[in-house]
Amino acid sequence: MADTALTRQIEPPARPAGWQGIAADWSSDQRAFKNVSWGKAMMWIFLLSDTFIFSCFLLSYMTARMSTTVPWPNPSEVFALNIAGQHIPLILIAIMTFILISSSGTMAMAVNFGYRRDRAKTAALMLATAAFGATFVGMQAFEWTKLIMEGVRPWGNPWGAAQFGSCFFMITGFHGTHVTIGVIFLIIIARKVWRGDFDIERRGFFTSRKGQYEIVEITGLYWHFVDLVWVFIFALFYLW
Amino acid sequence: MVDVPFDTTAGIPPAEVGEVELYHPKSWWTRYVFSQDAKVIAIQYSMTAMAIGMVALVLSWLMRLQLGFPGTFSFIDANQYLQFITMHGMIMVIYLLTALFLGGFGNYLIPLMVGARDMVFPYVNMLSYWVYLLAVLVLAATFFVPGGPTGAGWTLYPPQAILSGTPGQDWGIILMLASLILFIIGFTMGGLNYVVTVLQARTRGMTLMRLPLTVWGIFTATIMALLAFPALFVASVMLLFDRLLGTSFFMPTLVEMGQLTKYGGGSPILFQHLFWFFGHPEVYIVALPAFGIISDLISVHARKNIFGYRMMVWAIVAIGALSFVVWAHHMYVSGMHPYFGFFFATTTLIIAIPTAIKVYNWVLTLWRGDIHLTVPMLFALAFIITFVNGGLTGLFLGNVVVDVPLSDTMFVVAHFHMVMGIAPIMAVFGGIYHWYPKVTGRMLDETLGRFHFWVSFLGAYAVFFPMHYLGLLGMPRRYHDIGETSFIPASAHDLNAFMSVAALIVGFAQLVFLFNLVWSLFKGKEAGGNPWGGASLEWQTPETPPGHGNWGKELPIVYRWAYDYSVPGAARDFVPQNEPPAGLAAQGSRP
Repeated sequence: MADTALTRQIEPPARPAGWQGIAADWSSDQRAFKNVSWGKAMMWIFLLSDTFIFSCFLLSYMTARMSTTVPWPNPSEVFALNIAGQHIPLILIAIMTFILISSSGTMAMAVNFGYRRDRAKTAALMLATAAFGATFVGMQAFEWTKLIMEGVRPWGNPWGAAQFGSCFFMITGFHGTHVTIGVIFLIIIARKVWRGDFDIERRGFFTSRKGQYEIVEITGLYWHFVDLVWVFIFALFYLW
Repeated sequence: MVDVPFDTTAGIPPAEVGEVELYHPKSWWTRYVFSQDAKVIAIQYSMTAMAIGMVALVLSWLMRLQLGFPGTFSFIDANQYLQFITMHGMIMVIYLLTALFLGGFGNYLIPLMVGARDMVFPYVNMLSYWVYLLAVLVLAATFFVPGGPTGAGWTLYPPQAILSGTPGQDWGIILMLASLILFIIGFTMGGLNYVVTVLQARTRGMTLMRLPLTVWGIFTATIMALLAFPALFVASVMLLFDRLLGTSFFMPTLVEMGQLTKYGGGSPILFQHLFWFFGHPEVYIVALPAFGIISDLISVHARKNIFGYRMMVWAIVAIGALSFVVWAHHMYVSGMHPYFGFFFATTTLIIAIPTAIKVYNWVLTLWRGDIHLTVPMLFALAFIITFVNGGLTGLFLGNVVVDVPLSDTMFVVAHFHMVMGIAPIMAVFGGIYHWYPKVTGRMLDETLGRFHFWVSFLGAYAVFFPMHYLGLLGMPRRYHDIGETSFIPASAHDLNAFMSVAALIVGFAQLVFLFNLVWSLFKGKEAGGNPWGGASLEWQTPETPPGHGNWGKELPIVYRWAYDYSVPGAARDFVPQNEPPAGLAAQGSRP
């Protein structure tokens, strides 16, 4: 019998220990990361690459800030707002950070409901996440407008080193672009969830492939990453 | 030893990767133009890269004409010379070599060699090519804009890259940076595909340690590119802002044409760090795929298993990792703390160890092999020679004290042309002669191929070997006209003329190659499925050229590594990767 002959042959090799075991696991058959879909693997690797982009931006900013001979404007003062007669430093940034981190919470809940195939809740939570993101971008736009009205330009500002404005617009602009792209994707995926694309295995418009609820989690990975980057920008640009 | 790659007693592992429905083209447009098939995308990438590479080749002729016969060609002035240098370097390094190795060879060979039907995300893969094409078109457009292309040198160092003394300050530099940004976006889309395909979409039995070294080289180079290109991306964005918005990321306070510029407080050294954090890995991004291809060519054409497969893999990985901590050896004369110079010199010289392992293993693979001096093999041997030559001068330049006097001389030009110009191009040619039968079903013409090889190889030596001597004399690079200098003897000018003639001849030999590509497509000898007797999976496809989806109904099952050549007792002098071992053959489980 062919079957018995086949099973007799299959003897999984002994598991090597130590570093050899790690190498053997990683290089094992067919998949290096077991039970990880192509899309998720791709998103993780993309995020790794994107990490290098933001790291380069932030390192360049820190180099500029440390090497400048002109005083750096005090972020606490620059980003202060007068609310109801009170002068509160960094208040807008604090609210923005709070909103973005809250959006990570709704995103995580959306992923959870996605795997339970609860279409209404998933779509609602994704739209809530998108709304938080859009609010964040809106507040960013408000902050840009305020600074521009006060005379901050990429090539100079009234308070000190010209690199302040350059770094501010470049880094927050690049991050804001990421958030905007995330919002757009959230809305697209929420629409697909709402319509039930993943239950009826409707094919994608461009790729003509069937989608799965996992795309909610993949979008979530991107969203959490954008959040995490903001935490670094917050710490290194605003709090320094 | 456990899990030896050629272990034939292991059984057939269960399928982990589900079948994915392919996108089937419905019209001529989606089959040949907007194709999602990695093989078509590979050919598109290769043809675009070779087309823009021809432009760079012509630029190198013009530069050599000027250097060999200064003053004779009135249409080449100093500004144009700088523009030629810049465009030649940028095109050759990024738009030709990177695109050809990763976009061309990577797209064609990865799915075939790992036993996949296509890349994991064919649509993104297709977008990758079209964005690359756009980047190439933007780059080519710089030749036609007012002021012409930028003349900042391929390193685009600020402040001179965006000051008015540099040619192409109007449009050239802007379009160059825009083109680089586009290239990186396009490459990222393709690169993610290559990495995920290798990691997650291999066929049954294909462990990473059974991959052909070509895939290892391309895979590692792609990961490096995904981590190194971000630095170039950021540098390009910031330089673009400096030029367009008047920011001062890289621009210090300086005087231009007697006037104080609007810039101030930026750091030109920061650009150099960002650029070389990309730039040094870039050297290995083009070298590692070449290493891989050469390993496979040597093994196939010497009918012998690759010597030290494991060491070859680890050497590739080690070179990839080390190349991220050596970048500042390009900046010894830029102004650095001496301890940093010491650190970067040390790491640079450490790279020689895995590289030497590879060279020894190639030579030991050849040792007592059944060497067939086919055209691909000739190119592979030429690769080893030119690479060793360029690698040894790399040891000179890696040392701070030797580098400082040699910096910015022709010695540096000779070094990097040998190590990352000639050597990878030899691998490209070898690879094309080797895999052309699989791509087209016909052999490239042997006689033209040999002619092409000998003229290219000897000609390249005639161009670049004397260049070392000129560099040692102190002849500076990037000079439009050396003029009368006491330390350069008159004989050096004769040597320059000789090199220029050699360069012209080498260039014409490439036209013969292009003719061969086209001629053999129609008139070449029928190749059959496996003309070289290769053991790796791409030679075992049911059709040649491989059809849509690569493998008929069922994916192949891999039982062994890719290097079972001249196995004692085997029926043929190679055992294909998907041939079941004797114990399983009785079932006839595979046709």
